[in-house]
Amino acid sequence: MRFIRKHSNQLINSIFNISTQNKNIPIMKKRFIASIILMIVSILPAAAQSIVIKEVPHIDFGNTAWIIVATALVMFMTIPGLALFYGGLVRRKNVLNILMQCFIIMAMISLEWVVVGYSMTFGTTTGFLAPYIGGFHWAFLNGIGINEISPYFVSQENARIPHLLFVLFQCMFAVITPALIIGAFAERINFKGFLAFSLLWSLFVYNPVAHWIWSSSGWLFKMGTLDFAGGIVVHINAGIAALITAVMLGKRKDYRGHAIPPHNIPFVVMGAAFLWFGWYGFNAGSALAADGLSVNAFLVMHIAAATAAITWVIIDLMVDKKPTLVGICTGAVAGLAAVTPAAGYINLSGAIVIGVVVSVVCFYMVAFVKERFGYDDSLDAFGVHGMGGIIGSVLTGVLATPLIQASYSGLLYGNVHQFNVQLIAVGITVVYSAVMTIIIFKLVEKTIGIRATRQEESVGLDETLHNEIAYTTID
Amino acid sequence: MKKIEAIIRRSKFDEVREALHDADIQWFSYWDITGTGKEREDIVVRGQFFESSYIQRRMLSIVVRDQNLDKTLKTIIDIAWSGELGDGKIFVSNTNESYRILNGQSGPESLY
Repeated sequence: MRFIRKHSNQLINSIFNISTQNKNIPIMKKRFIASIILMIVSILPAAAQSIVIKEVPHIDFGNTAWIIVATALVMFMTIPGLALFYGGLVRRKNVLNILMQCFIIMAMISLEWVVVGYSMTFGTTTGFLAPYIGGFHWAFLNGIGINEISPYFVSQENARIPHLLFVLFQCMFAVITPALIIGAFAERINFKGFLAFSLLWSLFVYNPVAHWIWSSSGWLFKMGTLDFAGGIVVHINAGIAALITAVMLGKRKDYRGHAIPPHNIPFVVMGAAFLWFGWYGFNAGSALAADGLSVNAFLVMHIAAATAAITWVIIDLMVDKKPTLVGICTGAVAGLAAVTPAAGYINLSGAIVIGVVVSVVCFYMVAFVKERFGYDDSLDAFGVHGMGGIIGSVLTGVLATPLIQASYSGLLYGNVHQFNVQLIAVGITVVYSAVMTIIIFKLVEKTIGIRATRQEESVGLDETLHNEIAYTTID
Repeated sequence: MKKIEAIIRRSKFDEVREALHDADIQWFSYWDITGTGKEREDIVVRGQFFESSYIQRRMLSIVVRDQNLDKTLKTIIDIAWSGELGDGKIFVSNTNESYRILNGQSGPESLY
């Protein structure tokens, strides 16, 4: 989402808000009065140069309706989408632990988001910290009225959504990011340690990085980084944290350098399908409007996922002669992760390129690199999401075409600068996420403890941590 | 009366079932079992090849009259054989009593 925020509009907003404070006047009349005031303002010679907008930014009902649905779709990605995807991949003694982690992240990070998260990410502050972190003035969503329009938009400057809806939409992104990391430390993490880690990670890694790239005062935003729906903020950020936690937490005690067969592949398929379904909200919703750009994001994302899924199956056929369901699901998710940063900037051919490249690279990462280096990324959160995000974000700098959004183009269209900016943004996010994850991990490890005991691990986290069992023989 | 417990390949199950039915064994119970030990079997997950020590087989449990024992054993051994390691095992044990719940009938008449 490359949001645009124009301060010159604030004048119009304030005029508009003043005129709407009289509750007795019907809405149509309010708009009429507002436009009259606007006309008067624009006649003034001094204002005429800075304001040339004919229409007042307002809450558009069609756009709002779509983003409400999109927000619900993104929620659906975490539970049950990601929960089932990861839950099916683990052994049956740990499936409830995974579902529980996804569910509680939904609850915990949603609260964190309204308490300080939104303000830290999209709030503004003054002084030298402004490009790096938001202030606390929107803590507890303080001062955000129900009729206030969103300060952010992509291409529909006038037909906007309510500010609170923007808060909610972004909330779902904040939720799914730490949930993605679950795949790296599955089957061996202590629940309290997991909670503390996820909360601290969300506060001190997700919020700042999202501020850098998505907030209008963020420094990577000002540098011109393109990240339509979170390839850098969500997938690289979480993928790198996944790699670091997988290494720091150590291997599962019975890890032998290869994946452990999934306990319920139908769960994996359902989870991947729900992720694909929810991802429509993730990408097409990131246009913050129901317009052509949104539909383009929908299209390229869908085709990239389809291409990546087929590519993975072809590789499966070449390597083992048999197409696997876990393979096609992994390919689809890798394609979705990779197209996320690019969805608002590329066209159909770009989507197909991304789909092919990401499956080839992710397959290589998962099948060969992981085994070679011996880190135990249980469910390939790094190999699929991290690498998918990196490939997508870098390729955005190559494939972005001015046909979609006139002001953004990539290397293929002669814009070397954009490519360099993408590389810098990816590099900085990788380093920041890695360093902060190490610090937070060490902190939690020393204070609360983060690794499950050997006994808990061998009996299974379902029974030892939650006192529940997924599959019983009870009628 | 003898109880036959046979561990066979899952790939051989259908053939063994039909052969047993042809040999007048009309009903038996079976379940999937997992064995683990030093033996390994190839598995592929997400493109990673490895050898798993968890080996999936199917176990059949059949109680037959003494006179039918040899016929049943021969059927299973002939059909479940593939000539490679891991074809399975058969255990035979004595069964002291058997009853048909429907009419309380006991002894070999309650069996095949």
